[in-house]
Amino acid sequence: MAQVVMKALNKKYDEVHAVKDVNLHIRDKEFMVLVGPSGCGKTTTLRMVAGLEEITAGDIVIGDRVVNDLPPKDRDIAMVFQNYALYPHMTVYDNMAFGLKMRKFPKAEIQKRVQDAADLLGIGELLKRKPRQLSGGQRQRVAVGRAIVRHPQVFLFDEPLSNLDAKLRVQMRVELKRLHDRLETTAIYVTHDQVEAMTLGDRVVVMKDGWIQQVGEPLELYGKPANKFVAGFIGSPAMNFADATVVEEGGGLVVTSPGFRIPVPPARVERLRAYKGQALTLGIRPEDMRIGGDGAHAFDALVDVVEPLGSEILLNITIGQQAMVARVEPTVRAKIHEKIRFNVEPDRLHYFDAKTEAAI
Amino acid sequence: MVLERPWKKWVFFYIPLTVFIIGTLFPFYWMFITAIRPDAELYRSWRAATNTPFWTLAPTLEHFRDLMAKTSFPTWLWNTFFIAVVSTVISLFCGLLAGYALARLKFPMAGTLGTSIFVTYLVPPTLLFIPLADIIRNFRLGNTPWALILTYPTFLIPFCTWLLMGYFKTIPKELEECARIDGATRFGAMVRIIFPIAVPGILSAGIFAFTLSWNEFIYALIFLSSPEQKTVPVGVVSELIRGDIYFWGQLMAGALLGSIPVAVVYSFFVEYYVTGLTGSVKG
Repeated sequence: MAQVVMKALNKKYDEVHAVKDVNLHIRDKEFMVLVGPSGCGKTTTLRMVAGLEEITAGDIVIGDRVVNDLPPKDRDIAMVFQNYALYPHMTVYDNMAFGLKMRKFPKAEIQKRVQDAADLLGIGELLKRKPRQLSGGQRQRVAVGRAIVRHPQVFLFDEPLSNLDAKLRVQMRVELKRLHDRLETTAIYVTHDQVEAMTLGDRVVVMKDGWIQQVGEPLELYGKPANKFVAGFIGSPAMNFADATVVEEGGGLVVTSPGFRIPVPPARVERLRAYKGQALTLGIRPEDMRIGGDGAHAFDALVDVVEPLGSEILLNITIGQQAMVARVEPTVRAKIHEKIRFNVEPDRLHYFDAKTEAAI
Repeated sequence: MVLERPWKKWVFFYIPLTVFIIGTLFPFYWMFITAIRPDAELYRSWRAATNTPFWTLAPTLEHFRDLMAKTSFPTWLWNTFFIAVVSTVISLFCGLLAGYALARLKFPMAGTLGTSIFVTYLVPPTLLFIPLADIIRNFRLGNTPWALILTYPTFLIPFCTWLLMGYFKTIPKELEECARIDGATRFGAMVRIIFPIAVPGILSAGIFAFTLSWNEFIYALIFLSSPEQKTVPVGVVSELIRGDIYFWGQLMAGALLGSIPVAVVYSFFVEYYVTGLTGSVKG
């Protein structure tokens, strides 16, 4: 059990500055997820914590030790890799026992720990098999088992579910969450899948181009994204963006864009007043668009594509010149080329600076 | 499977295959038939009425007996074996470490070093033996097995290094990283995880190195002079061709016996050998 602290962490390869000034405090027993598109530096950060990459500048603290110069074996961590990295020439038992053998645990203790972990993960019958005789899900479990037998201070997960099929991924996600609740070990989990990030993380770090964009609890990222990137990355389907301008009308502010005009609610007026007459980006989540209604917050849209998903329907619509996606009830009967009236809750709109992309 | 016209299969598959097999195996057959043919048949005129060039009516083991009794063939066989095994072991050891380093460690000039090792493999032995002869003489190693044991690695190490480097690159590096997190040092991870997985590659490098040293001719011809120090390829040629007289029966018996160990080694490890060259690790 330990906290992990990263202080002004940097990683430079010859040409590429992969991780830029990452400051992060992962609390004891916390499940922290690093999420971002490929090449955002999340895996490099994780590998620096593991000791597999040299640190260019900054410090990494695990527990209360600075581990910058410690080899991976002395950091008391365990890692689960995307391709499982099971030793193909060893049985499942030997795979799981390897770390304990290397640390010279007594044989009886090794046996007990492997058996416990195997029972916990439901792979008790597979201990004598070789990795190539296992299915993807079973291999994943062995890889997790190999990590937990060591009782390390920190678990590191590097996209562990990416190689599984969709159904198994959901199942393993739940199991990982249950496992973490039970073991209460600090975990750092890297993924590019925002659904995994949202469902697994106590807190989530969104990264892009080596920079941390935002750190927060899942719902905080969803509800109050710090910038346009986070807003677009978290949530599926992604948030709709529209170029808009703020104008003053009758004492209040109105956001206008070709196709719609939406009055700004009083709570937001103060912040948006500075952007009067300037371009900004308006963000609307697909689930915040409701069918019907009139009044100030309503606008017309043309349906381009209907995607019925069973539990919901996704409508690809055009408002003015803007293409957007709306998520509506499965009972809605919408047809292509039909004109539908939508309305939005003004409190649930997001505004971003057009230049800096920061949330307003 | 797509159905094709039968004649296509004959033209593009069976006939070329047959030609290929005959072309490959005929020299061995000729070697064998000459080795068991009595001298009377061997030195008969080609135009003689009783000439049977492709088979023999009176097979004999006399050439093998003569080879064993009247020449130093058993000693040559032992010399060849000893030299091939020791130089293979040396080359494999160096090749393993060098191949691993080139495949995995990041150090300055790694790429250049890898290429230059390969370039040394391309220097023809017919050029290299001149300076090597000088070195061998300075170290007073001439006419001893060590002359060959120490010169064969000049072409075996580059070969092993390159083959093993290629094989190591096919092994996912996560395996090793995982082992290092699990508590192994880099060296420990290499020995406990990477080497066992690389067994097919190591075996094929070993077999190839063994064959190359077993068949090597030029260095053996130059560095060894006394008959009892010679290896099979040199001994057979230099002791069984005297002037313009070819002892065909014994020559072929020697060649046949000399190729058997290699054939045996290959047939034992053929599966490893193929995976070793194509490189495949399935996690």
